[in-house]
Amino acid sequence: MTSASPVSPGSTPVLETRGLRKAFGGHVVLDGVDLTFEPGRLSALIGPNGAGKTTCFNLLTGFLAADAGAIRFKGRDVTHLPPHRRARLGICRSFQVLNLFDDDTVLENVRVAVPAMRARGFDCWRPADSVSEAEDRAAQIVRLIGLAGRERVAARYLSYGQRRLLEIGVALAGEPELLLLDEPTSGLGMRPMETLRELVQQLSARLTIVVIEHDMDFVLTLSHHVAVLHRGQVIAEGPPAAIRDHAEVREAYLGRLGAPAPRGARA
Amino acid sequence: MGTVLVRWMPPPMLAMFVLFLLLPVVLPRLGYTYLGTEVMIWAIFALGYNLLLGYTGLPAFGHGAFFGIGGYLLGMSQKWVTGGLALPLAAAAVGTLLLGAVVALFVARRRGIYFSLLTIAFGVMFWFMVFVFDTWTGGEDGLTGINRLTVVGYALRDNVPFYYFVYAWFVGTTIVLWRIVNSPFGQVIRAIRQSETRARAVGYDTARYKWAVFTLSCGFAGLAGGLYALARFGAFAEPMSLSQSGNVVLMCLIGGGFASFYGPVLGVVVFLVLRDVLSTLTDHWMLAYGVLFMAVILFMPEGILGVVRRLRQPAGFHDTGMAQAARARESSAPAPPGVPGEGEP
Repeated sequence: MTSASPVSPGSTPVLETRGLRKAFGGHVVLDGVDLTFEPGRLSALIGPNGAGKTTCFNLLTGFLAADAGAIRFKGRDVTHLPPHRRARLGICRSFQVLNLFDDDTVLENVRVAVPAMRARGFDCWRPADSVSEAEDRAAQIVRLIGLAGRERVAARYLSYGQRRLLEIGVALAGEPELLLLDEPTSGLGMRPMETLRELVQQLSARLTIVVIEHDMDFVLTLSHHVAVLHRGQVIAEGPPAAIRDHAEVREAYLGRLGAPAPRGARA
Repeated sequence: MGTVLVRWMPPPMLAMFVLFLLLPVVLPRLGYTYLGTEVMIWAIFALGYNLLLGYTGLPAFGHGAFFGIGGYLLGMSQKWVTGGLALPLAAAAVGTLLLGAVVALFVARRRGIYFSLLTIAFGVMFWFMVFVFDTWTGGEDGLTGINRLTVVGYALRDNVPFYYFVYAWFVGTTIVLWRIVNSPFGQVIRAIRQSETRARAVGYDTARYKWAVFTLSCGFAGLAGGLYALARFGAFAEPMSLSQSGNVVLMCLIGGGFASFYGPVLGVVVFLVLRDVLSTLTDHWMLAYGVLFMAVILFMPEGILGVVRRLRQPAGFHDTGMAQAARARESSAPAPPGVPGEGEP
């Protein structure tokens, strides 16, 4: 075991799916996916491009409707809830393609996602920055993601690495019980990657996180649990060490996870 | 307190109010007081409409219908139901708001071209209904015989007292709308414009917000339409026609409704003044008018205030309302935007 899972056996999973299926036209993207995410664990969802990872996130967050199967969040059936209802329950996500409010400042981006702000969404009279609870929480999150001092900068003016951090900040602002991160390190250079890795590690100490990630180093060192998706099915699941040596995974991922050579060549 | 003033009435708004306050002194020499009145009425309409277009990013093309309906509601109520001035105006604003709330139920869940088409369809339907129910609306002849009456002893029949009557509504509406765009609600609708997907992902039921914005903008359209009927001593169908329903969209675009809270007001001024100037110069003013607007859309799609802002600020920077207010409050603003931070490759 490379990383100990902090899960006591028998606890209710934060999220579980049973027989999740999704097809676009005749193309089956997910076919009978059963996943279980235990509380407090950092799980990684990996698989080659087109394996259905992002589609899976879209089903979990309600942006797509499943053709069949069920999704339970803390024992409650959420299969048919719309995205905003799931977000309010505490299923918060980040996006693979940056999805920020570009004209708004860093603080505004985070603040609008804070539940205290959401509760006042139909308040047409008071100034938006007078909801002190939301203001404080947002400032706290901005510090946590390392963007202190940039609060008043419009999101579009941040560097790419900072925008990646803000992407997570907005997701965090929703007080998640389950945080879904879709390729959080995508396109990052070495140093921002380090910052992000530290942030995720820090968060994983107190949150249940599922991360879609291509960076195997990230996956193998940070996660407690790995699920491998291939052609719409979960072909392997287990602790990172076991996944690394799994024959089917090697085959699906040939050249990436299988042989050490390409990893060396990539650097 | 400076900050209190900014929250209620920031400097540009104050300047605008002072300008309109003094306008009747100069207007008779330039044109006529009535033009100023018309500008403020259309400004109420356009500012309210810009909640929808500029802030939420919803291009509704049939909004002239609600402007027209406000006029009919005022007229019908004054002639046959309540009489007077206050209640008919309330009927115009609230009645149109309620009608808008019903229409919004149908359009709020639509996106993009389907949203626009549906708003056009509703607009055309209401326009036809004016002629179907011509016993009440007066059909082609319009609903004439509307009275401006008197307010605190001033006969509004005269153009100057009426100007200040409309001015009071203009000031009130502008302040209310400024509060709205800087409120949590304003923040949410701007979020919806920038990324509806993200707004849903952070827990907002965006369809309900779009419903609310549409409804609100209809209320302001109804109020403006009611004032317009008073101004013209009658309610008429032509602002509801498909060809005129787009005027308010043009006004917002020309002035820069996406870039600034004040964009719609400037757009209205340009639109109406240009119409009057061009129509005295040539009989073919519609042609010149059309060419001019095409040029604006082609060469400065962000509108006049958008261009101004672009020239004054770093490339591509534009914001509406909130960030602006934030900067106004923090005039001792920290680092200029666009400076790359630490931790970059």
